[in-house]
Amino acid sequence: MYVFFIGFIFYGQRIQMYIMIREVENSLHKLRRIKEEGKKIAIDVIKELGKPAIDPSPRIDRYLEYFTIAPQSMDPAGIVAKLDHILDTRDERLKEEVKLMAPQLENDEVQINNLENTLEAAMALNFIYKVVRHYYIQGKKTLSLYVIMQLQMILPLVMKEAEAYASALKAFAYGQPIGDGAGPLVAGRLMHGYEVRKLPKDCVIASVPLEGRTALVIKAEGPGGNVGKPGDAVEAAIEENEGKIACLIMIDAGLKLEGETVGEVAEGIGAAIGGPGVDAFKIEEKLTKYKIRNYAVIIKQDIGDAVSPMRKEINDSIDKAIEQVKLMIRERTKEGDKVIIVGVGNSIGVGQ
Amino acid sequence: MKLTRMTQNQTQSTSQSNKISTYLTLIVFVVMALSIAALFIAVDTYFLGDQIAAGVLAAIGLIAMALSVFLLYQSRQTAAQVKIEIPKVMTTVGCVKNCDSKTSREFQRGDYVFKELDANCEKCGGKQMIVAIFKEVKEKEKTYNV
Repeated sequence: MYVFFIGFIFYGQRIQMYIMIREVENSLHKLRRIKEEGKKIAIDVIKELGKPAIDPSPRIDRYLEYFTIAPQSMDPAGIVAKLDHILDTRDERLKEEVKLMAPQLENDEVQINNLENTLEAAMALNFIYKVVRHYYIQGKKTLSLYVIMQLQMILPLVMKEAEAYASALKAFAYGQPIGDGAGPLVAGRLMHGYEVRKLPKDCVIASVPLEGRTALVIKAEGPGGNVGKPGDAVEAAIEENEGKIACLIMIDAGLKLEGETVGEVAEGIGAAIGGPGVDAFKIEEKLTKYKIRNYAVIIKQDIGDAVSPMRKEINDSIDKAIEQVKLMIRERTKEGDKVIIVGVGNSIGVGQ
Repeated sequence: MKLTRMTQNQTQSTSQSNKISTYLTLIVFVVMALSIAALFIAVDTYFLGDQIAAGVLAAIGLIAMALSVFLLYQSRQTAAQVKIEIPKVMTTVGCVKNCDSKTSREFQRGDYVFKELDANCEKCGGKQMIVAIFKEVKEKEKTYNV
């Protein structure tokens, strides 16, 4: 009895650490299997759709290791343009790579976008696995309780994200709408049946009569997996109308807090758009220049819902979001005004 | 898994290894064997008249047995959890003329929302269009009455 007691005094922390290491190890095995499954799905899709003459596996391996270096921020002036340029280059480079992997799809922009999204999900899984493995090995090497403890504490969230990406892989491969497509789906419902034209970059716009006003509805071009550059599209639409816009309404998927219901619609102020911030910056700049008010509507969901096939609750909330937009237009603009409505998000599986 | 067979396969889980580490299983079974031995010795010791030693051995045997069973159960549960669930995704087809006729079928590759279909509406003869694509989550989320 005393031996156990003394043993626990000296080795209690170490025993605790071994238990944590074991937990992390189990999750790491699970992550490895998810990552491998992701890679397998990507290879199968490319082989089936792209009909490559050579085995695409080595190229996919290289793709999964692709990295992007953020611009220097010591002197932050002009960093948005630099970041924008780097992101454009990355996007173009990855698209070229997909075209080389799947030569038969060179002219099929929808499938190229879907494949790019599939590979990006596989890339995210690969990255998550490698980071968790890094901290696991580091913790084991140094036998540092604090390295292992930090990893073990965030593991449930990391696993949730990894499972979400695993689910996203299938959705992207098959071209199914995802939870993040709630914004484009609202915009699609509003613009469907009206003349649609293209806007920079990878976005579409339609002029729609709504509640006695003219609504310029913008979304990323679908049905391929594409988020477009709503920042550029909104800039172009405002400039085309010489800034004579009563307000801008952005609809996006918003992360819900635990306890909130999936598909809940909430209203707020500001640029409802995620990503690295380039699009939000461009939109805010233009709105400030012309003193245009910016309203936001979000459809709540968690990270898993956002990247996996769209849930029924989210689909059902589209009508509520449209009603909310109409109400905002009626209450905050005058008849005859022009408003811009942007459906922000991935347009995969959502046409126009 | 070939994507062409997706509709048949989409409701199934992807094949995952359900293997538990061989070393772990070995250790668990060794501990289990030792605990059984301890229980036997405890019974022997009891009949020899040393009740305290018998009690200690029985306690060690039972605790070791409980721990090994628990560990085995936990490992099996962890291994079983390693599955990527592929949800069943449904496509709702509606009428362009808004005649309220709606049908639902399993998602097929190439489906997208607002896609106009070649088939005509059985009710009014108008063009048909995909109006929604979504998955139904069956399991109820745990609620925490707060």
